[in-house]
Amino acid sequence: MAQLTQPVRPSGQSRSAATAEKPRRFRLRAGGAGKQQNGGPVAYGFLILAALVSLFPLYWTVVAASHTDTDIVTPPTPLLPGSHLIDNLKIVWDQVDMTTALINSTIVAGCVAFSTVLFATLAGFAFAKLEFRGRNALLTIVVATMTIPPQLTVIPLYQIITNVGWVGHIQSVILPSLVAAFGVFFMRQFLAEALPVELVEAARVDGAHSLRIIWHVVFPIARPAMAVLGMLVFVQSWNDFFWPFIALNQQNPTVQVALAGLGSGDHTIDHAVVVTGALVATLPLLLVFAVLGKQIVGGITAGAVKS
Amino acid sequence: MATSVRAASDGRAPAGWRTKLFRLDTKASPYAYIAPFFLCFAAFGLFPLIYTGWLSLNRVQLGTSAHWVGFQNYTDLWDNQFFWTALRNTFTLGLISTVPQLMMALGLAHLLNYKLRARGFFRVAVLAPYATSIAAASLVFVQLFNPDYGMINQFLGHVGIDPVEWSSSKWPAQIAISSIVTWRWTGYNALIYLAAMQAVPADLYEAAALDGASRWRQFISVTIPSIRPTIFFTIIVSTIGATQLFGEPLIYGGNSSSGGSAHQYQTLSLYMYDKGWQVGELGQASAVAWVMLLILLLIGAVQLFVLRTNNRRKLGG
Repeated sequence: MAQLTQPVRPSGQSRSAATAEKPRRFRLRAGGAGKQQNGGPVAYGFLILAALVSLFPLYWTVVAASHTDTDIVTPPTPLLPGSHLIDNLKIVWDQVDMTTALINSTIVAGCVAFSTVLFATLAGFAFAKLEFRGRNALLTIVVATMTIPPQLTVIPLYQIITNVGWVGHIQSVILPSLVAAFGVFFMRQFLAEALPVELVEAARVDGAHSLRIIWHVVFPIARPAMAVLGMLVFVQSWNDFFWPFIALNQQNPTVQVALAGLGSGDHTIDHAVVVTGALVATLPLLLVFAVLGKQIVGGITAGAVKS
Repeated sequence: MATSVRAASDGRAPAGWRTKLFRLDTKASPYAYIAPFFLCFAAFGLFPLIYTGWLSLNRVQLGTSAHWVGFQNYTDLWDNQFFWTALRNTFTLGLISTVPQLMMALGLAHLLNYKLRARGFFRVAVLAPYATSIAAASLVFVQLFNPDYGMINQFLGHVGIDPVEWSSSKWPAQIAISSIVTWRWTGYNALIYLAAMQAVPADLYEAAALDGASRWRQFISVTIPSIRPTIFFTIIVSTIGATQLFGEPLIYGGNSSSGGSAHQYQTLSLYMYDKGWQVGELGQASAVAWVMLLILLLIGAVQLFVLRTNNRRKLGG
């Protein structure tokens, strides 16, 4: 097996190196340094503006979360952090069950990410490298299912979870999300490029049965893509709103459902507290972004449909 | 691939059970690998989809059994002015959140494609809104767009524009809601465009530059046509997303499914939720859901048609 995995690393590297090299070559040959310097300040200007617009609401969330309600609703709005963050956090925890919500969201997003990655890798491998009857038609069906909106499925799903007594239980949120067409497509695109078919054939000739091939050939090669897909699915599942909002309630919410509870009329609405809740819901993901931002960016660009 | 396997097994003991098992493994394993997806899809996607269609032909309330009414739910929708309002709102909200978002994403991707200092920072920065949730982003934007104390009106005041009624008037409310969508997704789409732009062959730009094409001309005549499949892909994905707008208008209206005092930003999703969970008419709600599917199919067909004719024109010309 060690022999088999050897050609893998270089091919993975050369792929990322190729995508990194291409634009540079283009710039050196066709760019013309003079033109680029001219475009420079304008490009930087727009990009700085875009970064400001992207980041300002996040910054302001922190600012608002550290002020009192009165500070926020009296113009001019504060622009620098204040000293009431701890007080606001206490009120958030008083009003909604944020501890349960954070635990629930972690469990849900963790389970969904794990199972999506596992099943997507298996299916992606089959679609990318195995030959079987109906492959192309089935792949088309997978892609087509991406267009079905959740609105078309929630009513029967709600009836089902009502009948089995799962309303307000997190398995009702986990089960319908165990697989994702996007994930299958993502892994297929990656494995079609990154996994040399000779490796699979060689393993077969050596007499490896298919689970061995999955474990010793596919998983090691797919690992970087699996990590990226896992992060993307985790973010998506953590932020999911429509179905959890219908299937869960304030007694056993996910973070998003708890947030909707904070903003509703059940309590006197304290705007600072509401924004503090938004901060609590977003902070875990922003920390992930701060640490793994580059990998996530790379993952999104790798998953894109290339012409 | 199949031949190599057969060659290997032929070399061994003739037709032993191991060989048979091995051959069965080769034949069946692909289906085993794709089975989880299709089983889950059948249970949680296809079955509910069809069942919703059946429900839409029945009068059924939460907790009661169904009672066949044929197409009455659909004719009721046809006669209901709030359904038409919701349909119009879904269309206008979709338009004003998708079009500017994708145009800005294209421009942003073009800029990110330059050789830049701190390129990584800019990419992560524009993607940061993607990490926020619909609920969190909407709650924060509600504060920013508050007509009385919100920062947007304060800013407009500084440049001499009168306060805008961001919640009670129709267009300002729709603009505010679409800005939440645009804010969250522009960076994501920009990165998808960027990936496609980096795959455009350099020769095309060289040829264009030799012909004396300006940078703008190159962007219009080389970049855009080269990444057309990707643009098509993002248009489809964004259209689907826009058709389903739910959380943003719900939270913007303070968790009310009416979509503003005069339903001025009630979308089809909100209308469906209102019918299903506030009024309790699941049959009516199912009909709304199926109308959404029909609209999506229609949009998909139009987009496919446009793409086809475009390609044909390209081949012909």
